[in-house]
Amino acid sequence: MLPIIFVLPMIQLLVLSFAVDYEIKHIKLFFVDQDKSQFSGLLYNQFEASQYFIINDFSNSLAEAKESMQRGDCDQILVIPHGFEQDLYRDGTTDIQVIMNAIDGTKAGLSSSYATNIIMDFNRSLIVDFGMQSSLTATPEYQQIEMDYSYWYNPELNYQAYMVPGILVLLVTMIGGFLSSMNIVREKELGTIDQIHVTPIKKHYFIFGKTLPFWMVGMVEFGLGLLLAKLVFDIPMVGSIFTLFAFAGTYLLVVLGLGLLISTITETQQQAMFISWFFLVIFILLGGLFTAVENMPEWAQQITRLNPVRYFIEVNRMVLLKGAGFKDVASHFIVMSIFILLINSLAIFRYKKGS
Amino acid sequence: MQTRQPMPNEYSIDVQNLTKKFGAFTAVNEISFNTKKGEIFGFLGANGAGKSTAMKMLCGLLVPSSGQATVASFDINKESEKVKKRIGYMSQKFSLYQDLTARENIRFFGGIYGLSNKQIKEKTDELMERLHLTDFANTQVGDLPLGWKQKLAFSVAVFHGPEIVFLDEPTGGVDPVTRREFWEMIYATAKLGTTIFVTTHYMDESEYCDRVSIMVDGRIEALGSPKELKAKYHVKSMDELFLQLARPETVKIF
Repeated sequence: MLPIIFVLPMIQLLVLSFAVDYEIKHIKLFFVDQDKSQFSGLLYNQFEASQYFIINDFSNSLAEAKESMQRGDCDQILVIPHGFEQDLYRDGTTDIQVIMNAIDGTKAGLSSSYATNIIMDFNRSLIVDFGMQSSLTATPEYQQIEMDYSYWYNPELNYQAYMVPGILVLLVTMIGGFLSSMNIVREKELGTIDQIHVTPIKKHYFIFGKTLPFWMVGMVEFGLGLLLAKLVFDIPMVGSIFTLFAFAGTYLLVVLGLGLLISTITETQQQAMFISWFFLVIFILLGGLFTAVENMPEWAQQITRLNPVRYFIEVNRMVLLKGAGFKDVASHFIVMSIFILLINSLAIFRYKKGS
Repeated sequence: MQTRQPMPNEYSIDVQNLTKKFGAFTAVNEISFNTKKGEIFGFLGANGAGKSTAMKMLCGLLVPSSGQATVASFDINKESEKVKKRIGYMSQKFSLYQDLTARENIRFFGGIYGLSNKQIKEKTDELMERLHLTDFANTQVGDLPLGWKQKLAFSVAVFHGPEIVFLDEPTGGVDPVTRREFWEMIYATAKLGTTIFVTTHYMDESEYCDRVSIMVDGRIEALGSPKELKAKYHVKSMDELFLQLARPETVKIF
């Protein structure tokens, strides 16, 4: 079992970190050209040159395009209407239609802004190359001010640098919370707990003995994960590793306390598993790993204040990427300490030797 | 081991009107009995008669609803932790750690009872030899045959030299030869002055006890030596006696 405890999370870290990527590339575009003009050809070329789009079908029939989207063969349809070039020459303005599969709202939003950018570029090139005063209404007005972005703390916008510190937290949480809650309940199932309860062992020794191994496993797991993060993903480690480990150690006490609490209110491993899952799913989804906490509705943001995972993910990112020191994350330490006190005293209160 | 107020007629277990209620259900109904030092006391009763509940109260696993009891002259209501230091317990569910070896189990439980490493080491070697387990001392307990496990569990239960050892159906599912060996171990332990408190469903085993009590519906219906009881109820065997007393309960169930 011990090798499994160490190997599986590492595999998870590798697979998840490589797989999770918010950037949307290779949007499948159905290009409907009803104009077949020089301009529509130009626009086609611009889309084809973009790394975000793959033009996977081309036709002059909108009906065909709609069918293709229905089948799921394309994500986006661009319709160049008949008279596109003519209207541009004559009026300096015309409409084109962009249809998106918006089942995945984030993806639809992003691909629409990619498309807008390309059309803006096309607009600009019309002005430059043809001296036209054109404006395609699908684009905002051409602006004179150009923005130059500089991305701090993660200059290459590397998603792995963002994800890996977060995924690490999940692994440590799983080991700490799951295994520890299973552990005592398992003794209840086997009946060895009765044997323990008739001995004069002190309550705190028993609890200590039950949690210490998982604390150590969690810390080793965290260390291994950091090592992988450095070696495989080359995650920047700007801040103090010591602060990180100190926080991991503190955080584990919260999770272990929760595991202990769960084991005191359940009788079987199945029940413990179910409750652990309940918390784990909430912790993960409201932890700021997949959805940034700032993007959540106000009430959900309030809930995340009770989520230890959120704090650990924040600290990991702050320390690793921003180089935060102990002082910067002191408030996080304080919150963790309050959690430790609350959860563990509740667990110890609930856990009675005998019944 | 303990020297608190040694009275001339001190009982190792002394129970007065002990009662346990779960809601409206009375599992143990005002039972009273006592055991002497070194006595083998058989605690009999049909399933559901309240044996396990009574035993759990004596071991400090359950808090009594009312009544008094002292075990090793400590009050189970107020001094259950002190009681625990002086008793051994082996439950019907086999209760050593299956994924530890025999030696590790002994070291673990020995440690809990405060034995020193040196004591544990010496006594372990001696015990392994006595149980003919020397070759298997480093085998996981889960891989040992049931009879060996039970003998080992008993040895672990008396390892720290308790004044009373509670055995909850210790020979369940064990072959007759091993059962006899098991009872030899019980006799040897009783001879050293340890009180044996044992529950069993094997009526032949109850004949080996110095005294037995038979529980029916949470009450003790009969109490005495097997010989006395057989004479009193005019029966030839404990089996017959048990059927006679426990029958009302059985009829109700079916």
